[in-house]
Amino acid sequence: MSLISGWGRFPKAECKIVSARTQADVEAAIATAALIARGNGRAYGDAAMNRGQTLAMTGMDRMLSFEDGVLVAEAGVLLADIIHTLLPRGWFPMVTPGTKYVSLGGAIAADVHGKNHHLDGSFRSCVDWVDVMGPDGTVTRATPGDDLFDWTLGGMGLTGVILRAQIRLRKVETMYIAQETRALTSLQDTLDAFAETQDAPYSVAWIDCSDGPHHGHTLLLLGRHATLEDLPSRWRPFDVRQKRKLPVPFGAPPFLFRGLWLRALTGIYWRRGAKRAGHALVDWDSYFYPLDALSNWNRLYGRNGFLQFQCALPEEASAAGLAELMDTIAASQTGSVLSVLKRFGSQSGHFSFPMPGYTLALDFPASERSLELMSRLDEITLAHGGRFYLAKDARMPEAVAKADPRAKAYAAMRKQAGLTDRFTSMQSERLGL
Amino acid sequence: MSGPVLILGAASGIARAVARSFAEAGHPIQLAARNSARLEEDAADLRTRYGVEVTLHDFDALTLDSHAAFVEGLPVLPEVAVCAVGAMGEQAQSEADPQAAAHVMRSNFEGPASVLAHLANAMEARGSGSIVGISSVAGDRGRASNYVYGSAKAGFTAFLSGLRNRLAKKGVHVVTVLPGFVRTAMLDGMDTPGPLTAEPAEVGAAVLKAVEKQKNVIYTRPIWGVVMAVIRNIPEPVFKKTSL
Repeated sequence: MSLISGWGRFPKAECKIVSARTQADVEAAIATAALIARGNGRAYGDAAMNRGQTLAMTGMDRMLSFEDGVLVAEAGVLLADIIHTLLPRGWFPMVTPGTKYVSLGGAIAADVHGKNHHLDGSFRSCVDWVDVMGPDGTVTRATPGDDLFDWTLGGMGLTGVILRAQIRLRKVETMYIAQETRALTSLQDTLDAFAETQDAPYSVAWIDCSDGPHHGHTLLLLGRHATLEDLPSRWRPFDVRQKRKLPVPFGAPPFLFRGLWLRALTGIYWRRGAKRAGHALVDWDSYFYPLDALSNWNRLYGRNGFLQFQCALPEEASAAGLAELMDTIAASQTGSVLSVLKRFGSQSGHFSFPMPGYTLALDFPASERSLELMSRLDEITLAHGGRFYLAKDARMPEAVAKADPRAKAYAAMRKQAGLTDRFTSMQSERLGL
Repeated sequence: MSGPVLILGAASGIARAVARSFAEAGHPIQLAARNSARLEEDAADLRTRYGVEVTLHDFDALTLDSHAAFVEGLPVLPEVAVCAVGAMGEQAQSEADPQAAAHVMRSNFEGPASVLAHLANAMEARGSGSIVGISSVAGDRGRASNYVYGSAKAGFTAFLSGLRNRLAKKGVHVVTVLPGFVRTAMLDGMDTPGPLTAEPAEVGAAVLKAVEKQKNVIYTRPIWGVVMAVIRNIPEPVFKKTSL
């Protein structure tokens, strides 16, 4: 038994870890007991934890073939590996979340989204097929259009064990991003700016929720892949060296995440960003994965860990819903140092998280106070027809998850297909999936 | 240098990491293991990632009389031969059943020493090459919890030391690698202290560096050198009362 947790370090549990290096290992594990597959442990909560059997997939990390931007790889390979191997050849993932340390299987299971969702959709839009091992050990190759494909992409590993997949990458001329930063001072200004910049390939906003929607200082970052012409003459287009990661030696004192201290911190961040507003060339790593530079930034919140809250709100309810969420957070004077606001475009799939509209991601130190606040945020989200991101969830009650009618349909499908007694996680049990 | 690298016992987690490190440095790779067909995916991985040539070879460490033919049958005598063959076994089983103990000893000492002897002779005749033996810190001192495995590794460590001594003037270099805990399937179910536990990739990088710099004996995490120095120097009357 090993004491493990998700990336948020909450909750922690003693789980039996079994390593898979081959398909036969996976088959043997499924035959032994109920399990959940675990990639690199980057889901924040308990989505990849099962006390009885947690199947570690990072040993299945082979890249099987690559040609013309089409990669076949095993589920345990990390996005970081793919980038370090293929970016020097001019290829970059079509869709990437905010960390490169997610495994391919994890990206598929959570159907992750990136800063380009409004144009390119979620991870599923670059997946050609995925091999899934079912409860009896048979492997099915699911392709877009199959029910199994639609439930697996966003299904949190509960349709079977994802073994390998074929994905398409994007041809890029350089490893740089041409970035434009805009400094804004309220939620309304931010939403207007998002609407006006629909065509920007990448967009994301860092928003200060501690001050309420009318003073929600925001840095809107727009980006596109830089071409050779964009580069100063002496720059090389690809220079993919591993940067040294800085460790976080200890957690910051909890008072920093409250009241005036928090407002001071976020204020400094905004002013610093606003001063540098305008155009810049940024390398892929700093643009897409700023937090990965700290090898264990999840320690920042101290030993109790932290909780993430990420909801999506439908287009028509976004402005009102976001304003209410921000008001509530500001009034609580707790948590979210930096919140991330993104625009979502259209989305398909049976159980994927995104919906056309906006998504707000927040983090809070794990505490009673935060849990109470998050319950209020749940209510506001549901009242506006929103939904929640399971890859970041560690604490939602079943009733909240089941308010999404798709959750009931998923649970019913799982039961009918005989998946519920083979593929379970602490999260699936908590949410009754 | 960019000659071929032979990996014996190529199915293990450490072996895969070692193969990747050498392939990344541009070496063609020869993967050898029992039923080598199951290494197709590893070969595909090395080709896809690093664009190097990879060949597969059937090899059974326990069948000593096949080793001469195995070495002769390689398409080309490798520049570097890495032996990652080994089996931890279970101490309790080894205690109860001397046959099981013999299997552990043969897998960790007799088999590896036999195949490396053939390779050493061929490299000596050629006048160049490097031999890497993956041994274990468990061989530094016998402990109640795994002395059967430890004793075999101790034998292997001594064998490598002697081989190095013999071949030093013949242009063939021998590296002894002593990994401590490495996060592979072997450690499933064991909680090991973080600072003492290496990732397989770390071991791969350490082996490549040791070959390039002609190191003699390396602990893949230097802290193990200190830990084992302490353990080796505990006086026997005290040591026999401990449970390490």
